[in-house]
Amino acid sequence: MSRPNDGTLDRREVVAALMRDPGDLLVVTGLGAATYDVGVTGDRPLNFYLWGAMGGTAMIGLGIALAQPSRRVLVVTGDGEMLMGMGSLASIAAAGAPNLAIAVLDNMRYGETGSQYSHTGHTTDLQAVAAACGWTRTATARSMDDVEALRPRLRTENLFAVLRISAEEKPRHLPPRDGAYLSDRFRRALGVVED
Amino acid sequence: MDNPTWQESVYAALKAARVTILGYVPDAGHAHLINAAHADPAMQAVVLTTEEEGIALAAGAWLGGQRAVMLMQSSGVGNCINMLSLPLNCRMPFLTLVTMRGEWGEFNPWQVPMGAATQPVLTAAGVHVRRADRPDEVAEMVAASAALAFDSQIPVAVLLSQRLIGAKVFVK
Repeated sequence: MSRPNDGTLDRREVVAALMRDPGDLLVVTGLGAATYDVGVTGDRPLNFYLWGAMGGTAMIGLGIALAQPSRRVLVVTGDGEMLMGMGSLASIAAAGAPNLAIAVLDNMRYGETGSQYSHTGHTTDLQAVAAACGWTRTATARSMDDVEALRPRLRTENLFAVLRISAEEKPRHLPPRDGAYLSDRFRRALGVVED
Repeated sequence: MDNPTWQESVYAALKAARVTILGYVPDAGHAHLINAAHADPAMQAVVLTTEEEGIALAAGAWLGGQRAVMLMQSSGVGNCINMLSLPLNCRMPFLTLVTMRGEWGEFNPWQVPMGAATQPVLTAAGVHVRRADRPDEVAEMVAASAALAFDSQIPVAVLLSQRLIGAKVFVK
């Protein structure tokens, strides 16, 4: 079932563009399809995939950004996961983290659970929510040209971006899900492990 | 200072444990620590809309190589339960100081159910729980709990009893 205002972007193309030439970008992904989408672009130690902790992705991003102010942090998550942690948009804006950006893959649905409509499929505009929370830089991408224009901004600005993807489901790609492994390799890649 | 208050000693213990990020949902019993954190250029104090944000914040801080503490009231513990799977699954430290309500001279009956459930709920969720009742034991307990959390990479909660912090007085 589709709606007239459904997004049209292919989520795998969008994430492939965001993750192209990642360099030393620190990436946190929200549970479900965002984790699969980032994983399929190539596993790397500086990707921290969530398989649970729904609603926590953006705040993990904030914690990394505050701890590593000279590094760039990108949060990639879905609309349902972002909605569960909507208060964190206020907390992050209040904290101030110039090195943190959030990209929300918005298909207006809970894809993992049967594609029920989320609040963005009803009445909620996450870009407007972020702006009202005090994010001064927000954007919505509706075309791949928009995505390409946002790609460098997501690596340089304190930007909240909504990417209007289609509801098409993709094959699952399963990156590592052992949290202790993911945490340890991330910290080792950053060089912050104390032996 | 010759005779620091126990609150001052707790802040000193957090500093000695190399805590540099402090997340909080405000509580009167944490007011000293919150003010001290905001006044300290070497501490990043982060106000949160709900307590589970603090668990994710602390996880991120650990991933980035820094140590965080989370301040909350017992009523907020109930908001945290699923998010506690994050430090447990990822073998990360989590240190929280919880001011207790609903247990000692409580005026507000709405505080009582979560106050009574705080310790068993934390234990059921896999958190190691310590409880401080006397001013002279708090700072040492915080220091030992910080060592336990950060060195053994486990979640630890220190409950600050309502008798210790003083029951909130409601005046008409």
